[in-house]
Amino acid sequence: MKAKEPFFWVSISCGLIIMIFILLPLVEMLTAPSLSMITQTIQDKEVVRSIWLSIYTAGLAALFAFIFGTPLAYILARTSFPGKRLVESIIDLPIVIPHPVVGIAILSVAGKNHWIGQLFSEFGIRIMGSVTGIVTVLTFVGLPFYVNAVKNGFENISPRLENVSRSLGASMVATFFRITFPLARRSMLIGIIMCSARAISEFGAVVVVAYHPMIAPVLIYERFEGYGLRYSQPVAVWLVTICLVLFLMLRILTLKTGKTS
Amino acid sequence: MIKTEALHIQLGEFRLRNINISIGRNEFFVLMGPTGTGKTVLLEAIAGLIAVQKGAIWIDGEKVDTLSPEKRGVGIVYQDYSLFPHMTVKENITYGLRYHAKKKATAKDRFVNLVKELNLQHLLNRFPTNLSGGENQRVSLARALMIEPLVLLLDEPLSALDPRFREEIRESLKTLHKNSETTFLMVTHDFAEALSLADRAAVMNNGSIEQTGAVEEIFRKPKSTFVADFVGMKNFFAVKFAGNQARVNGLEFDVGGIPSGNCTYIAIRPEDIVLSKEKLHSSMRNSFAGIVTGLVDRGLYYEVWIESAGTPFKATVTKRSLVELGLREGIQIYLSFKATALHFF
Repeated sequence: MKAKEPFFWVSISCGLIIMIFILLPLVEMLTAPSLSMITQTIQDKEVVRSIWLSIYTAGLAALFAFIFGTPLAYILARTSFPGKRLVESIIDLPIVIPHPVVGIAILSVAGKNHWIGQLFSEFGIRIMGSVTGIVTVLTFVGLPFYVNAVKNGFENISPRLENVSRSLGASMVATFFRITFPLARRSMLIGIIMCSARAISEFGAVVVVAYHPMIAPVLIYERFEGYGLRYSQPVAVWLVTICLVLFLMLRILTLKTGKTS
Repeated sequence: MIKTEALHIQLGEFRLRNINISIGRNEFFVLMGPTGTGKTVLLEAIAGLIAVQKGAIWIDGEKVDTLSPEKRGVGIVYQDYSLFPHMTVKENITYGLRYHAKKKATAKDRFVNLVKELNLQHLLNRFPTNLSGGENQRVSLARALMIEPLVLLLDEPLSALDPRFREEIRESLKTLHKNSETTFLMVTHDFAEALSLADRAAVMNNGSIEQTGAVEEIFRKPKSTFVADFVGMKNFFAVKFAGNQARVNGLEFDVGGIPSGNCTYIAIRPEDIVLSKEKLHSSMRNSFAGIVTGLVDRGLYYEVWIESAGTPFKATVTKRSLVELGLREGIQIYLSFKATALHFF
């Protein structure tokens, strides 16, 4: 593409418009509250509690995705079986379902009218309005991001490495932990970050299942509804800063993978 | 050492049919055939990495069909080296040791010998990604031989290498084989590799074995037109026999006796055809005039295409004789060959 062609300038302008469209509202919001308001907000116990709740429920969601998603991702990357496409589509479902619907769907299983909900309540597990509920929802929406990232990671590891390892005497389990796992570590880390970033930003599904205890997005919404824009902004600044840090980590990690492989 | 009996393997579109091979202890056996005939599939089946539908595999007298790969004592070296990228050269080589308790006692000596033999001293602490192809393949060999496998499977170990490294690894393979008890089974699509390395060989085509035997024998007496073509026979003709004469298109060949069996094809190696400007008066009883229709530069030699009475021949000459004979397209030339240079199918 030559610099003087009109097409070049059209492409550049479109790119610029998108940059501005994404960055302008974010920068505007981040710079709107004064420094004193920001420092004041972080001393507000309710804010700290909600942000901490957001982080650790998202972290737990990522942990569950890691424990249950890793073997599934491995199977999807290494084998082909009838119905594999279907399984892959099912994994992707939480991405396309509207968020409040996710919350309602989970409640319809965990509620009193369903035997699973009754079983849960017999064991003293409560989904509605509890941390357990929040983690359940966040795991639900975050799982596809983890599974897909790690599946790609496994696919990029040659099965021949595993073959060689087995021929050298290592069992399947030993091979997984000495070869496959270390080589997929980076993609697992990316998967965990993607999954928790997605979980931290979830609002619609959480608000249906658990308004209280309040995660950060719900608190921001409540402040906005109750006191207006000025009072929701500082909380948003803190949440966005945390999300940005996560995003930055992700970018750095993906850039590194690009270099070595 | 290795024996397969009526082996059938189906893998997606791939099909191996009725594979029977038998390889002796410490033999260097080569499995040849063009790309895509299922040689690698057979290797991986022997290693236990691919399921076998029918038939049986024995290694060292033990039936191993249901044995998992790590229990078969079979090492494998791939064309793409398949070194563990997150481990140093030293860690790669010693990877298998912890699973072979009995072999630990002699491990140190073996490590020193392998490192010396394969010239790896200066690479031990480096990572595979920073090594050349030849170096990688040497590490891969050391890693496989470190645990003294009963059988070493080599999947086109020379194909991905530059010619100069290829020579080097080929020599290493020879010495390693000589100095170890391990049986070598190598897959290749290059007949020249087989000639220089193997004791015996099998030629595979389209999922089944066409011929098994000593490499020299396969080279000299190919049993089918496919094998003949594979080992470099270029001149193939449909033939009809009448007494001592064999009729190919418009030419009559003196074949020096009627071959036994029902032969319908005749073949001559390009290098067995002698070219001359005048008709030769020698012991070669087959001599024909032809027109040069093409000259192909093959690097070390030229391939000359000649047409004689509607029959296309291919002969090879050195660059020097090309000049001496004044060969160029369109000129007339005489081609001669002995009756014993003819092969029948």
